[in-house]
Amino acid sequence: MSDQSFRISAGEALTAEKITEAGEKPSEAVATYAVRLGDDALILAQRLGWWIARAPELEEDVALGNIALDQLGHARSFLSYAALAWGKTEDDLAYFRDEPEFTNLQIVEQPNGDFAATIARQFIVSYYQFELYRRLVDSTNATLAAIAAKAVKEVDYHRDHATQWVLRLALGTEESRRRMIAGLGVMWPYVDEMFRDDDLVESLGDAAVLPSSLREDFDAVTGAVLAEAELEVPEGFVARGGGREGIHTEFFGPLIAEMQVLARAHPEATW
Amino acid sequence: MSAPGSNDTEPWPLWEVFVRSSRGLSHLHAGSLHAPDAEMAVRNARDLYTRRNEGVSVWVVRSSDITASDPDAKGAFFESPRGKEYRHASYYTESEGVKHL
Repeated sequence: MSDQSFRISAGEALTAEKITEAGEKPSEAVATYAVRLGDDALILAQRLGWWIARAPELEEDVALGNIALDQLGHARSFLSYAALAWGKTEDDLAYFRDEPEFTNLQIVEQPNGDFAATIARQFIVSYYQFELYRRLVDSTNATLAAIAAKAVKEVDYHRDHATQWVLRLALGTEESRRRMIAGLGVMWPYVDEMFRDDDLVESLGDAAVLPSSLREDFDAVTGAVLAEAELEVPEGFVARGGGREGIHTEFFGPLIAEMQVLARAHPEATW
Repeated sequence: MSAPGSNDTEPWPLWEVFVRSSRGLSHLHAGSLHAPDAEMAVRNARDLYTRRNEGVSVWVVRSSDITASDPDAKGAFFESPRGKEYRHASYYTESEGVKHL
């Protein structure tokens, strides 16, 4: 194998711009599904961006910032594709929708909390996204499959990053272990929602991935890490969910207000 | 060394990063970074030094494990090779009958 084959050429990678340029219009149902996945990534990216200049060390600032940028890239691809269905742009969808129009899972909008809470959220979401994208690669919709193929490699690294920190925090000091347990306790109620099927995904057949089909693998792989970290799978209350129908927790409003304020104050501004 | 975070004054240790840019080339020193342990140092190195296709392999080594030459001993250690031209191949004359030199 030549050395060249190990390198991903920036020129050949799938980008949001190329999806827009190709202009292949998705059906209403596919677009609605793409918005869901795009919103998950966009809101998570917005949350993670907060850590820049606030992480425990400069190196961790960069790590979380890189993960946020990866997520933003996935969001741009999904939203650019979806936007074609309605003659809109990715920016229309990101900046000019209101709270009930966002269909992300509630876990991604949960506050960062301390570093351990953010790691708990990363741990849950990255394992979920990995299981999802790894199956979406086989979607009958070529664009969704291509976006997933690019995203799955990046999310695999996010999984590794979260796993390393779960192990270190859980097996570190008494204080780090206490915080890791508390962080998982705050985030785990939002796990159930991630695996709920509904009419839309069922109607899409092999173009989409049934959320319920991810649960078994998610439980097995996260369970193995938690066992290694000598942690129990948190039990207790289950959040009501509803993110896919535009129902959000109290933390969502301030999040999108901050995300959208500049674009709304200066519509169509470029810089 | 006490564990990072065990007290307020113990930061993460420093690591030196070596990146091999292509198969067949040597690892070259790329810079340094902080990390709590070797596994995280490799990951931080990936984030800091290989985001733009720079590498196919990364080495990290604790900065404190490197033994360096003494900068104050430069005179003796890196003595000028002037007058010792015989250390260079060009000092020697071509032997008759040896081709392709």
